[in-house]
Amino acid sequence: MTEQTRTVIDRDPAPLLEVEGLVKRFPIRRGLFGSGAVHAVEGVDLQIHAGEVLSLVGESGSGKSTLGMCVTGMSTPTAGRIRFAGEDVALASRRGRADFRRRVQPVFQDPRSSLDPRWPIERTIREPLDAYRVGSSVERTARVAELMDLVGLPRHFASRQPRELSGGQQQRVAIAAALALRPELLVADEPVSALDVSVQAQILNLLDELRNRLKLALLFIAHDLSVVEHLSDRVAVMYLGRIVETGPVERIFSAPEHPYTRALIDAIPHADPGRKMSRIRLTGEIPSPVNPPSGCRFHPRCPVAVDRCSTEEPQDTQFDEGHSAACHVAAAGLAQRRSIISTISEGATS
Amino acid sequence: MTALVELRDVSVDYAGHGGSVSAVQNVSLTLGENETFGLVGESGCGKTTLSMALMGLLPSSARVTGQLLFRGQDLLAMSEAERRQQRGDELSMVFQDPATSLDPTFGIGYQVAETVRAHRRVSRGESKARALALLREVGIPAAESRYADPPHRLSGGMRQRVVIAAALANDPSLLLADEPTTALDVTIQAQVLDLLAELQRKHGTTILLIAHDLGVVAQICDRVGVMYAGQLVEVAPVVELFAAPRHPYTRALLEALPSRGRRGRSLRVIGGQVPDLSDPPSGCRFADRCPHRMDVCATVPPLVDSDSRRRIACWLDPATRATAGLPPLPAAPTPDAPIAVGPS
Repeated sequence: MTEQTRTVIDRDPAPLLEVEGLVKRFPIRRGLFGSGAVHAVEGVDLQIHAGEVLSLVGESGSGKSTLGMCVTGMSTPTAGRIRFAGEDVALASRRGRADFRRRVQPVFQDPRSSLDPRWPIERTIREPLDAYRVGSSVERTARVAELMDLVGLPRHFASRQPRELSGGQQQRVAIAAALALRPELLVADEPVSALDVSVQAQILNLLDELRNRLKLALLFIAHDLSVVEHLSDRVAVMYLGRIVETGPVERIFSAPEHPYTRALIDAIPHADPGRKMSRIRLTGEIPSPVNPPSGCRFHPRCPVAVDRCSTEEPQDTQFDEGHSAACHVAAAGLAQRRSIISTISEGATS
Repeated sequence: MTALVELRDVSVDYAGHGGSVSAVQNVSLTLGENETFGLVGESGCGKTTLSMALMGLLPSSARVTGQLLFRGQDLLAMSEAERRQQRGDELSMVFQDPATSLDPTFGIGYQVAETVRAHRRVSRGESKARALALLREVGIPAAESRYADPPHRLSGGMRQRVVIAAALANDPSLLLADEPTTALDVTIQAQVLDLLAELQRKHGTTILLIAHDLGVVAQICDRVGVMYAGQLVEVAPVVELFAAPRHPYTRALLEALPSRGRRGRSLRVIGGQVPDLSDPPSGCRFADRCPHRMDVCATVPPLVDSDSRRRIACWLDPATRATAGLPPLPAAPTPDAPIAVGPS
């Protein structure tokens, strides 16, 4: 690569992962609903750049885990495209797909169920290296030691069984195994929800450090918004299979545009008795994804919904660089602000 | 503050295969009438064991010592039949997972009505009317038509409301809520916390809330007790605990929380591990992980009144030191600057 092209890439890097119009439906053939489908993910676009932490938030049933499964290739999308480093994953050759699975690795919520209880942790961390035949046997052993150092596990733990480890240490093992093949993207689905506060802090520090040291990108799926605010660069808010708002973390938490984002943030119980939760409550619960509401999917619970919201599906409106939301009311507010600004500036010029 | 519950030197040991596990050690605590008390701490700290001791729901392998007084009456001296009569009546509880608290084969209304009939001589009609009123009170929409619905027809948040309705059926004096919102989404959690706070105000029920989420505790509790490895280390009014935690463990716990002010910085990590409670350290159980450890920490610090509102069990605290005839330390330690401790 010449010096010049490198500069160009630095200035305008192509996204590492690009998801376009992703749809995932699970057909239901029998049961209460007759035939139909669970609309788990309905037309999602998202991008992650190298070294970036993008968090997906939303209530249970919003489709965030399904989206994560599609991104790691554990689930095949019904429609839409996933491109990794510019290449369409679905169109890739057998070899290309194997390469994709090496470069994108999952980390799950409960380390106990993602580790083989009979394997010493050394074997768990080494397994991906063996499967992909990375280097010689001696090199693999050295790599395991290096990975244990990287995630902060003492080397004498190598021969221990998972049950001899605490929850936090088990999650470190799972992360070390995920990092073995030098992935560029980790998809971590609730990686700290099963952990106690003090252990959670260790894993969050570790993820942050890995991102800085390895330029690792992270798709972080979480329901705990304090954790999300701490770790993320950008946040995407999902509701019933759609991304309703996405933007830089500071903006999402300080000035969200979508009423659903606002409601989520208002419901955070702060560990500060002086900062009470907002008195405004989101009523009701997330509807069934089998038969989502018409128009804007959030309208039955929305405190500011207007007539249009029940009939017409809102499109993404850009509010700022990298900040967009799909809401009729917020879009109308923006249009109004813009027209006021243009009236003022016209008045200034005439 | 009138005492509703008084725990005096309560210890719980579980008999295990090669020895016993000291799950709770010498906990003394008073719960007043009409207050919401939060008990916090990490997994294995003994908060659930302590509450189960209060309810009389510990397995037979558990040995409880000390005194558990409810309105001055010693619970440990009561027969199992008496205690059963008391549960669901004067003492009631709400657990984490509403799916396992309800019987999947019966209608939700019936289950609430059954709780009423188990303790009161009332007709079926009366118990049904009471159950309907309770379901409405906890915010079950169209309670009349949902009365016969089995639990699986309801969402997690609605099920937890049903469990709360059943718990309140006989106007308990004490409601024990063990992680009541942990299984719920944040928006639903906020609704259930509002409900608990509202019911507490309306009925004057004392709530003992067990939670690992310090945010939940900060939002609805009046006072908080912090447990570590079976020891109660600090008790304080909620505002004071969060504004100025005194026990080194409480401080470390609060500093480990992600918050807006700590973005881009590392979170506080507590070095080391929770001690093995089958062979616990003889003194303060936090000592091995404590940045302020001193020789005196090999002796269990008693939980004493630090001032009129706060209690603490730490040898750094002048009040604790006074119990052993030790002079106060020269400078108050701060979380960021560990105090220098010379050989004693």
